[in-house]
Amino acid sequence: MRPPSPSIPEKEFLFSALKESQRLDGRLPLEMRTPVLTFGPDLGWVECAFGKTRVLAQVEGKMVKPQPERPFEGSITIHSEISPMASSDYEPGRPSDEEVTITRMLDKVLKRSDAVDKESLCILAGQRVWHIRLTLLFLADAGNLLDCACLAGIVALKHFRRPDVEVIGDEVTVHLPTERAPVPLAIHHTPFCFTFAFFPDATTPPVLDPSQLEQRLSAGLVSIALNAQKEICVLQKLGGVPLGTDDILRLVEVSVGKAKEMNILVETKLREDWAGRKVEVR
Amino acid sequence: MSVVLPGDHVPAQHVNLKLGPGLLQVSNVVDNKTESNVMVTRAGIINHSTNRSKWWVESKSRRYVPAPQELVIGVVTQKVGEGYRVDIGSAHPASLDGLAFEGATKRNKPNLKVGSLVYARVSLAHKDMEPELECFDAQSRKSEGFGELKGGFMVRCSLSLCRELLDPKHFLLPLLGRRFPLEVAVGLNGRVWVNAKDIKHTIALVRCIEATDLDGGGLDAEGIQQLLNTLDI
Repeated sequence: MRPPSPSIPEKEFLFSALKESQRLDGRLPLEMRTPVLTFGPDLGWVECAFGKTRVLAQVEGKMVKPQPERPFEGSITIHSEISPMASSDYEPGRPSDEEVTITRMLDKVLKRSDAVDKESLCILAGQRVWHIRLTLLFLADAGNLLDCACLAGIVALKHFRRPDVEVIGDEVTVHLPTERAPVPLAIHHTPFCFTFAFFPDATTPPVLDPSQLEQRLSAGLVSIALNAQKEICVLQKLGGVPLGTDDILRLVEVSVGKAKEMNILVETKLREDWAGRKVEVR
Repeated sequence: MSVVLPGDHVPAQHVNLKLGPGLLQVSNVVDNKTESNVMVTRAGIINHSTNRSKWWVESKSRRYVPAPQELVIGVVTQKVGEGYRVDIGSAHPASLDGLAFEGATKRNKPNLKVGSLVYARVSLAHKDMEPELECFDAQSRKSEGFGELKGGFMVRCSLSLCRELLDPKHFLLPLLGRRFPLEVAVGLNGRVWVNAKDIKHTIALVRCIEATDLDGGGLDAEGIQQLLNTLDI
């Protein structure tokens, strides 16, 4: 049974509080929850938390035969399915609209933005390529699953290292981590996603990183995916709120600042984890 | 303090034995004599009153299982004929009769909208039937604070925190009440309705309740004081 939509007092209180630029968790309208990244025992195992929203990402590499039309390219697949574990809003089997949106957005942000160099995944043209499989597990939904999943996904790809391979003639040798240090994936850029929620009342300011209640009561969502180099990868608008060019540009500007902060955070976390990890065994 | 698991037996024996959530009495007839055992149906920590007449299991659950005479906060989801269908967070929706209000007659009944919040008492909770609610006290037939909750905000928290908030010795509500006037209705189904004059104060209430909850930080009196000091109220 799906939980009913938020009650009238909840709705009215949220709208009147937002009108005064106050949010229920004490954040400013354009303030994000600080992401918490936890790295697991394996490379490419990352848990990302935005407050109580939690997503687990895991990356695996496998050697496969490439598609005949693209013999020089490896492939990436993203597996994401929202189970009722995240929230009772989601039902197993039948994907909701929100789930479809998240899946498609993840595909655009992580795959079609060419974040990972696919040609570098080629081992032996037409014979052997790496197949990278990214699995996202939605553990808990407290709003803004999309941004959390995008961050978990990209950090997992950056954290992952595939075993080193050596090609002599037609022979492929895979080196165990005990012999040669595993190599990271070739990543061109790091896209981050930021979601803004708009409310039916036009005078209410938009909020960044909406909580579950804010997301459910919003009249429209704008998701912007971009990297720290100010390159926009995806801009998506849902819902029928009319927005002017200035509004959009202001959101982009906010996102640029946040993307820079996020990039620093991710790089520091990855460096910290790498320093405390022993991968090469000699 | 001891941890029990489903299937465990509990040595609960008393002439006037009362079993709380997570316990079940099983009787079996052996040699024409009825033996009754108390079995645990939920994992948690077993507790009993000082005279060992009341027993219950405390667990960190968030899913509400209706029990008779408990106070709950529900959301009206549908109007059904003379009554309403109310979501109380349990596996099944509860039904609230249109006449189960103080002074309600066939002609004069309260009119609740879909989405309204109601504070009610579970009058019937049977495992094979839909739970039923009523909005008056069974003895006095007066409203006794039950009925529609207007304005304010509803916080969701764990079931154990709700029970603790009802305890007059719990630190949170008196501490907040010393800072500013407030209205609170605690439902045992993991929902707390709060209201204060100022939006700022209501937000402070919401944040303090969430911070006291175990998965929100589990702050104690001192932690809450510090949190309140940062909130500028």
